[in-house]
Amino acid sequence: MRMVVSAVVGVARFLYRFVVGDDWTVAVAILIALSATGVLVADHVSAWWLVPFVAIFMTGVSLRRSARRHQGA
Amino acid sequence: MTGAGVVLLTTFLASSVEAIEMVIIVLGVGAARGWRSALIGAAAGFALLAVTIAVLNVALAGIPIGPLRVVVGALLLLFGLQWFRKGIARVAARGLAGVSEETVEDDDIPASGMDWVAFVLAFKGVLLEGLEIALIVVSFGLAAGQLGLSVVGAAAAVVVIGAAGFALKGFVTRIPRSLLQLIVGTLLTSFGTFWSLEGLGVNWPQSDLDIVLLLVVYGLTAATYIGMERRRIHALALETT
Repeated sequence: MRMVVSAVVGVARFLYRFVVGDDWTVAVAILIALSATGVLVADHVSAWWLVPFVAIFMTGVSLRRSARRHQGA
Repeated sequence: MTGAGVVLLTTFLASSVEAIEMVIIVLGVGAARGWRSALIGAAAGFALLAVTIAVLNVALAGIPIGPLRVVVGALLLLFGLQWFRKGIARVAARGLAGVSEETVEDDDIPASGMDWVAFVLAFKGVLLEGLEIALIVVSFGLAAGQLGLSVVGAAAAVVVIGAAGFALKGFVTRIPRSLLQLIVGTLLTSFGTFWSLEGLGVNWPQSDLDIVLLLVVYGLTAATYIGMERRRIHALALETT
């Protein structure tokens, strides 16, 4: 039983690190952007630009936040 | 050119496009995180692909490729963005740091054993692109009534592109580590964006060529952010002196 639990915890940790990484706000923003694109596409709106825009914007936000963190440290 | 020649050439070219994407991912992940885990991941992807093809055969055409693209694309995009950010920060801070940086702590690459990140990235790349090649073979081969020739064309594409990728292995390994991380991050982000949106039903105007456009856009973004980060680091250094 303990082995099963530790395997499940290990897989969950791996998935979190793989999907979310060190900045959860980027992952959440991308998932929201993908969902919004899905809704817009279903309404026949060409929304190919939304995800790249959010990816570029959130990269800047994350870099800035990381820089502030290092300055504060 | 005869009808058979057209079938062979068309499936070869169409499969080559998918095979190039497959090889780029395996090559990039292998060079950045280690060849062993990336190649085992690629082999596992091929094995599952072979089983899927053997079991489903022509019923492959019924596989819902859209949802698969969304899942694989979103995962590649989310992981690619992590490397994209780290690559920008490292190139801005240290320039084109060399191979000596291979043990940077937050890379999270295990010193021994399987690197599951490399495994999963290579596995997914091979499985998704392989399935797309299989779908090209089945749909085009059945429509043209030349399934056998279609298979030959696709197999030749995978072998030729795979061999070209293998030939480039040495060159890719020599690319400085921080730059390599940025390049692979840009590639994964571009492919992830393209596949996830394609899976959601977005129609890309230039089809697969839009991957190149995404690469250019993300590349310019990286260059801009590197410039901004460098100015910030420079200003900080002046403040402290």
